Amino acid sequence: MTEPRQPEDTQKGMSRRNFMKNTGLLAGGLVGGSLFGGLLTNQLQKPGAPTNTGKEDNHLLEARTFFSNAEDFLILSAATERLFPKDDLGPGAIELGVPYFIDRQLAGEWGMNAKEYMKGPFLQTGATDPYENQVDSTQDQGPNAETQVPTPAFRYQTPMTRGDIFMEGVHALEQTAQEKFETNFRNLEPEQQDEILQMFDEGKGKVNGVASTTFFNLLLQTTIEGAYADPVYGGNRDMEGWRMKEFPGPRMSYTADIEKEDFIVMKPESLRNYQGH
Amino acid sequence: MAKKLKKVDVVVVGSGWAGGVVSAELAKAGYQVVTLERGKKQDRRDYIGVKDELRYTNRYEMMQNLSPETITSRVNIEDTALPVRTRAEMMAGTDLGGGSVHWAGATYRWRPIDFELRSKTIERYGKEKIPEGMTIQDWGITYDEMEPYYDKWEKTAGTSGEPDPLGDKRSNDYPNPPMLASPAVKLFKETTKRMGYHPYQVASGNLSQAYTNPDGEKLNACMFCSYCTMYGCDFTAKSDPLATVIPTARKTGNCEIRTNSLVRRVLHKDGKATGVLFTDTRTGIEYEQPADVVVLGAFSFTNNRLLMLSEIGTQYDPTTRKGTIGRNFNGQFNITFLGARGYFEKKKFNLYMGAGALGGAMSDFAGDNFDHSNLDFINGGGIEMRQYGDGAISTNHVPRGTPKWGPEFKKNSIHYANRSLVVWYTPAVMSWWHNYVDLDPTYKDEYGDPLLRITNRYTDQDRNIAKFGIEKCSEIMKEMGADIIDEDEVPEEFDHIYSGGHYAGGIIMGADPETSAVNNYLQMWEMDNLFVVGGSAFPQFGGHHPTSTIGALAYRAAEGVEKYLKEGGPLVEAKQATLNA
Repeated sequence: MTEPRQPEDTQKGMSRRNFMKNTGLLAGGLVGGSLFGGLLTNQLQKPGAPTNTGKEDNHLLEARTFFSNAEDFLILSAATERLFPKDDLGPGAIELGVPYFIDRQLAGEWGMNAKEYMKGPFLQTGATDPYENQVDSTQDQGPNAETQVPTPAFRYQTPMTRGDIFMEGVHALEQTAQEKFETNFRNLEPEQQDEILQMFDEGKGKVNGVASTTFFNLLLQTTIEGAYADPVYGGNRDMEGWRMKEFPGPRMSYTADIEKEDFIVMKPESLRNYQGH
Repeated sequence: MAKKLKKVDVVVVGSGWAGGVVSAELAKAGYQVVTLERGKKQDRRDYIGVKDELRYTNRYEMMQNLSPETITSRVNIEDTALPVRTRAEMMAGTDLGGGSVHWAGATYRWRPIDFELRSKTIERYGKEKIPEGMTIQDWGITYDEMEPYYDKWEKTAGTSGEPDPLGDKRSNDYPNPPMLASPAVKLFKETTKRMGYHPYQVASGNLSQAYTNPDGEKLNACMFCSYCTMYGCDFTAKSDPLATVIPTARKTGNCEIRTNSLVRRVLHKDGKATGVLFTDTRTGIEYEQPADVVVLGAFSFTNNRLLMLSEIGTQYDPTTRKGTIGRNFNGQFNITFLGARGYFEKKKFNLYMGAGALGGAMSDFAGDNFDHSNLDFINGGGIEMRQYGDGAISTNHVPRGTPKWGPEFKKNSIHYANRSLVVWYTPAVMSWWHNYVDLDPTYKDEYGDPLLRITNRYTDQDRNIAKFGIEKCSEIMKEMGADIIDEDEVPEEFDHIYSGGHYAGGIIMGADPETSAVNNYLQMWEMDNLFVVGGSAFPQFGGHHPTSTIGALAYRAAEGVEKYLKEGGPLVEAKQATLNA
């Protein structure tokens, strides 16, 4: 089944992605913050903007519902793109919609820690520090190795929700950029952005309330999730993440193929398709 | 004041394999049963069309909501325990059918030595082989006595498998043949056979063919869709309570299953259980369900906590090493399931296909199948290679040395997405005087009741057996032809991550009331109309996955309850064992 067409929108020229490219966001160029923010907001208010894949997917879902300040969202976007950059294999985090995926996750029950135990007291005993700063990957081996993103699960002992941690973390990236390079994080050269992200990865950044590693690991986890989760969550746009990985999406049966020796590449299908739309 | 309901013969807490089997068996025998499940109701239709990795695997859709209640955790008995706050740190199943709905399906019997571990170890190696402080004990039941119950559960479940060449006496073959083998599974089996080992296909709860179980429940053949572990089956092709014992219990007309019913106390008077107190989690209304027999068949944590909150039995105290409730906490944590990950340059596997228990295994280093005279640990475990069926989020393993983000990560994670296999060891876990459970002094649930507190630390036994397993797995991976092999690292200490669901002990079985809480019918020594069934009864953990042992124990307990309803009194005579001799 094809998407409902919205011809009036497809006529309106520049896509969000091309806009970002043209304005230098992806290249890390310099754009005035307030001007850029204003333009981007205007652009995002146009529903159904076509993507450069030529598909007419409905991107009405691509609007911020967690980050109220557009500038914060742009910092987040720039950071995710460094973690999962565009290259000759395919799109990076921004083109895949990862920043919107994260925004929506943070606006929902996961970002609000709705199903986590959040009763006090929250002890600042130092007992949690070794777990927050651990660099080994507890999710990379052991019982969870086959199911979870290989970023460590940290011992969560803060009254902050994941949404709070992201907000503090994004502000800390910006603060660090100002202190180190005297400019905005998103306007730094990619190598400079990497330098800051590396600091955060190693626990050398300063984030209010949590170790910078904790924020960094959540950022990395959600970036990977956003690249590869079903497109219904706002990332993995047009299933481009799955296409890179040769992942077919949900299927009813592989009985006919399970014994086959050769690798089989299937055209990916999404949950929407699987549910019979 | 709780609203008092009509008295029934048996009230069962929990609806997974433990509670589900007991409910079905007693309802079939004509007793009036009420089964209480804290989670919501669900059936197969809830899993049709929702093959969604993020929702089920990464956001733990089928796991307990920890907001109202979790556990606290510490390593040493003098530490302050902290709550385990997120589902990334602690997963335990919930809803109708319990954790038995999202399980993978790997089906293993435990070995004769597991049930007589203390006496057999002493018999072969002498008393000094058991280090001071290791509190392993015999179960008060032997493998031969357990065998008919294993057989019965396998028939209910429709287990699909082939015999383990190093396995133990069985009265019957598995009811169904093994699943089809993928090229990766064949590679593991052929390689280990060439190395002189004795591989076999993992016996699975993913069915190899259409099957009708002895209760008349129909199951379908698994289609390798890969949405299995962490999911409910959309095709009734996985052995789970929703496909088997729950409909069996229902169709008798003797079993009422109430969901959203959180049991908060076992009620008792003059040494007898009189029923349970539960809250409807939707309305907040409290009910009292009176019964002649109370069966706790909930998750191991819940079985422990309910006894403690109800003040039944004597709490274990690590400083005196006396008391039985909460004793011998054990389980398979992140120091188990370690092994070696191999990356293949010339081979690409269809890893997005699979099933929870599709895999190859061998028992050459399980139990006491190998000589421990010169080894610095006791017992052993299975070695496995599984093909669960990978989601796109989970396949982000990269060879060590690759940065974990940025261009090189992206390149390698995509390149190796279908080129990496893991061989791992599933070692037995011993029990120790310092690993136990009790109630937390600080943290409370939403009703103001204390949380359960886990005290658990690793020992040289854990680290040594893990190291041994990693070496063996690495040798196999090398023979399998991997170009890059990354051996797992042995963690120094428990990291408070409760992953995998294999947490057990606390209300353990035995022959001696001084060192066990329940007898070999899972009947409480101190309260003979109260039965506590499940992984909570393991005195120590065996060297394979636990599910079929829980299923077998549930059949044993059901028989015990029926016997008690007919005859009354204690079903087993207490023996003063030789633990501290």
